Amino acid sequence: MQQFPCPFCGLRNEREFHFAGEAGKTRPDTTGKVSNADWASYLYTLKNRKGEVREVWMHRSCSELFILRRNSVTMAVLGHEQLRKDVP
Amino acid sequence: MTYSALTLLREAFRGHTGWKPAWRSPKPAAEYDVIIIGGGGHGLATAYYLAKNHNVGRIAVLEKGWLGGGNTGRNTTVIRSNYFYPESVALYELSMKLYEGLSQELNYNVMFSQRGMLILAHSEPEMEMAARTVNAMRLNGVDADLLGPEDVRKRAPILNFRDDARYPIHGAVFQGRAGTGRHDAVAWGYARGADRQGVDIIQNCEVLDVIIEGGVCKGVETNQGVIRAGRIGAAVAGHSSVLAEMAGFDLPIQSYALQAFVSEPLKPVIDTVAFSPSAGTYFSQSDKGGLVIGGGLDRVPSYGQRGNMPMQETVLSGLVEMAPAVAKVKLLRHWAGIVDVTPDSSPVIGPSGIDELFINCGWGTGGFKAIPAGGFLFAHLLASGTHHEISRPFDLDRFTGGHLIDEGAASGIAH
Repeated sequence: MQQFPCPFCGLRNEREFHFAGEAGKTRPDTTGKVSNADWASYLYTLKNRKGEVREVWMHRSCSELFILRRNSVTMAVLGHEQLRKDVP
Repeated sequence: MTYSALTLLREAFRGHTGWKPAWRSPKPAAEYDVIIIGGGGHGLATAYYLAKNHNVGRIAVLEKGWLGGGNTGRNTTVIRSNYFYPESVALYELSMKLYEGLSQELNYNVMFSQRGMLILAHSEPEMEMAARTVNAMRLNGVDADLLGPEDVRKRAPILNFRDDARYPIHGAVFQGRAGTGRHDAVAWGYARGADRQGVDIIQNCEVLDVIIEGGVCKGVETNQGVIRAGRIGAAVAGHSSVLAEMAGFDLPIQSYALQAFVSEPLKPVIDTVAFSPSAGTYFSQSDKGGLVIGGGLDRVPSYGQRGNMPMQETVLSGLVEMAPAVAKVKLLRHWAGIVDVTPDSSPVIGPSGIDELFINCGWGTGGFKAIPAGGFLFAHLLASGTHHEISRPFDLDRFTGGHLIDEGAASGIAH
């Protein structure tokens, strides 16, 4: 099995992780009017890149959500970023 | 040359020296009326029906590798139309009907064997859902039967009827007209049929860029040079998003690997297709005797056409639960295809958003069974520029309009 990095737990078995979606989408401002096209694009459009991708994943064992950078062809993990902010 | 018992006999007598290649390998012309990107089942079937039903003159199919070398040659060959929504049934039943006459039509044996398919129900609530599925299928005009445990046992005694089964068999949804086909033969049969009508099938021709002039798609740049066309259709499955990025339009598609397995050859143990949603596994037996085993999508989006351990464990442990007697059977081969999954597990057929560029994609894990219908409907779209009534609901505009056809949720079938 492959090992994925959790920012909190470190390297863990890939089966403990859940793919949540592509990173970088911004929810349209729903206090104003949002067109059908913009809303559909937010809900459904995907870049689905072949090669380097940046995605939101969850480590289900500890519920940590984080950014995983990996290669979608070789499956190599290229890096990860913490999404959780530290207590100020 | 037309294939028949007579030509087979004649060739047998002259040492099989008279067989001709089933299709030509031409150099690409500078321009065509229609170019189809992707020489898998859908692309080849599209070319065939364009030439046959719509009388389009100059057609080319561009394939970056070899014919049927992608998902068409990497699936578990199941053909079925056991869906829930009327739109889906119309689509997959069209495909089933075309498959039923395909060997005759193409003069090429695609070995469509209507051995039936069981979708097992493992609890009383699942039996209620099975009854709902059967009713929906019958209302939509498709054959379906609700089987009790004894009927299932008669059809497939290899399945797990032990008292200690984790998933005891309460019954099944049975579609008798479902079955399996010879995947390579479907690609080769359509290729030969298209070639005979003058379609240029160009292999080892990879599309590197899409030519857009004034917002209109005018052709493609390939590793064999620029090829221009009046209209372009893309049927590139798992690589649809890559093509969309070249051309500059958006798709709601995520690519995943879908794995499958073949075992060493065995004496006949099952003469139907059996699927257990609880176990996450389905299997049938090929004419050579190998068990052909499949399951759900990988958990990680991927363009790597390779198998991997997590899903292998899930699918094979599911197989052992479904049929404990085959636990010690050895695997012969294991592979993965890259499938294009949409949010509602239904395909996309329609305009891309760029003039003269049309797409046929999003078939997810169920593209093989849909090859004849996908080709038939895509050819109609490419020839006329407008939808056939069966493909209309599958336009990209369903995502902005909110008319999703959510088969993943409705029929509970892994897509």
